[in-house]
Amino acid sequence: MKKINSTFYLLLTPVLAWLVISIVVPHLDLLFKSFQFENDDGLMVFSFNNYLAFFEDDIYWLTFVKTALYSIGITFLAFVVTFPVAFYLTKVVAKKYSSFMVLLLLIPIWIGELVTIYGWMILLSDNGVINQFLISKGIIDTPIEMLYTNFSMTIGLLYMSMLFMIIPMMSALESLDDSLIEAASDLGASKWTIFRQIIIPYAIPGIVSGGIIVFMLVIGDYVAPNLLGGKSSLWFTEQIYNEFLSTFNWNEGAAFGFLLLLLSSSIVWLALKLTGQKLDRVGP
Amino acid sequence: MIRTLPNSPLYTLVYRLYITLFYLFLIMPLMTICVLAFNDSNFISLPWKGFSLDWFFSNTDERLGLFADEDLLWSIWISLKTGFVVALLSLVVGTMAALLFEQEKFRFKGLLYFLALTPLVIPGVILGISILLTSTFAGTYIEENFGLDVEFLRPSFWLVVFGQFSFGATYVMLLVGARLKKFDVTLEEAALSLRATRLQVIWLITLPFLRPALMGAFVVAFLISFSNFNTTIFLVGSDPTLPVDLYSRIKFSSTPVLNAVSFMIVAFITLSAIISFVLNRKKS
Repeated sequence: MKKINSTFYLLLTPVLAWLVISIVVPHLDLLFKSFQFENDDGLMVFSFNNYLAFFEDDIYWLTFVKTALYSIGITFLAFVVTFPVAFYLTKVVAKKYSSFMVLLLLIPIWIGELVTIYGWMILLSDNGVINQFLISKGIIDTPIEMLYTNFSMTIGLLYMSMLFMIIPMMSALESLDDSLIEAASDLGASKWTIFRQIIIPYAIPGIVSGGIIVFMLVIGDYVAPNLLGGKSSLWFTEQIYNEFLSTFNWNEGAAFGFLLLLLSSSIVWLALKLTGQKLDRVGP
Repeated sequence: MIRTLPNSPLYTLVYRLYITLFYLFLIMPLMTICVLAFNDSNFISLPWKGFSLDWFFSNTDERLGLFADEDLLWSIWISLKTGFVVALLSLVVGTMAALLFEQEKFRFKGLLYFLALTPLVIPGVILGISILLTSTFAGTYIEENFGLDVEFLRPSFWLVVFGQFSFGATYVMLLVGARLKKFDVTLEEAALSLRATRLQVIWLITLPFLRPALMGAFVVAFLISFSNFNTTIFLVGSDPTLPVDLYSRIKFSSTPVLNAVSFMIVAFITLSAIISFVLNRKKS
């Protein structure tokens, strides 16, 4: 028994160290710092001022609400755009092509967000590929303003996040027995009925875990809103970023960070509760 | 609707068209970068002015190509180094976590496993700021009380490594854990009954069985580190990683050398993906 114990502690110690030092302590510290405020005498005191600043200034909580709504909207959009693809790759296309097509989906993920977002900047700018193409074909005379708008930001956020949704949805669809669909079809069910009553309910676990990954990526993203969004498309992470790296008000930044964490985890919790899922099934 | 059911030609056509458009949407930003990297122009975007390798090899004040730009090469080197160290650390601790959670039984296991999964649902920005806050606090505390200046507690190479490791280990844990679920426990039991110690069993039986998963997890951790921006930006010191360097160039001084670097990344990832695909196909 003693040998088993020593191995157990050999495994436990580094894992415990990892979780305590890099996850638990920093987040407790974040919470603690968010209640620290420098008073007129230059002393750090306990206070709610950092949170009050959030509610008093319109731009903060408006950005917060906007970020939340946009993230939910983009998650839904990602589902609408990618579900047909996930279904195509698991159930429609010939098996010999599907693995290569899945491989193509992984490439933009591994290239990384910064490079792909940069690609979109070149595509969407006034001198960009899309505008120049349309002008050369005589469809438009002056460039359409696409870059630095909510539109370009949405495209960027969708692009960097949606592929993470396909894989979980595919693994859910893979275990769906084709004979269920065949039987429904034989009994005269329309495509829409099969889709709504068989395919969607069956794929719900994949949709939820994919949706959570997309939502977290979008709400916590900085690069796409910052590089592709305009003045009107401020993202809440940009506020946090400014507090830390421009105005150096770290305590207020900590409060904002904690609010973002609270928002994202409560929406994830809600999504899990509503669909009866567990966090440990949300993996890559 | 599925492979075995007949479809109307129109349905098939529309579906195929959608899939084609989807893949076009995926490939468009990448193609654009790849083409414009060879544009003989001083601007990142169109118009096309002829083929040139200047943005790779030129070494003039006007055009500083990728292989002459020492700052850029340095940040690539920093990213490679960071990725390697992060992948190694994540591999060791993540594998230990996988062994711990898959094979051991202990109190608070559920809680610890939940903690180990939280990096999946904590936005990278939050992870970055909380580690920055805590390490700065610890650094100041040590300096005031012991007069020691601990360099890695300030934004620096090692702080970046630490920040990326905190979520890299989670991905390794999930990838290795998935493989460990398929492990035949009777192999271990046989070895144990032949009086091998638990540690010998792990070293001689479990780890060799896990080898493909370990190599895969190492690559994944490396790539996650190499492309990370959201967490890294808060922890980076005077030596920027490649994404941080690219970001500040896109923001403040974009020249087509950005296209050249992006082309190299796109080409490298695409080639490695295709090579691994071909190798896998040969094996099976």
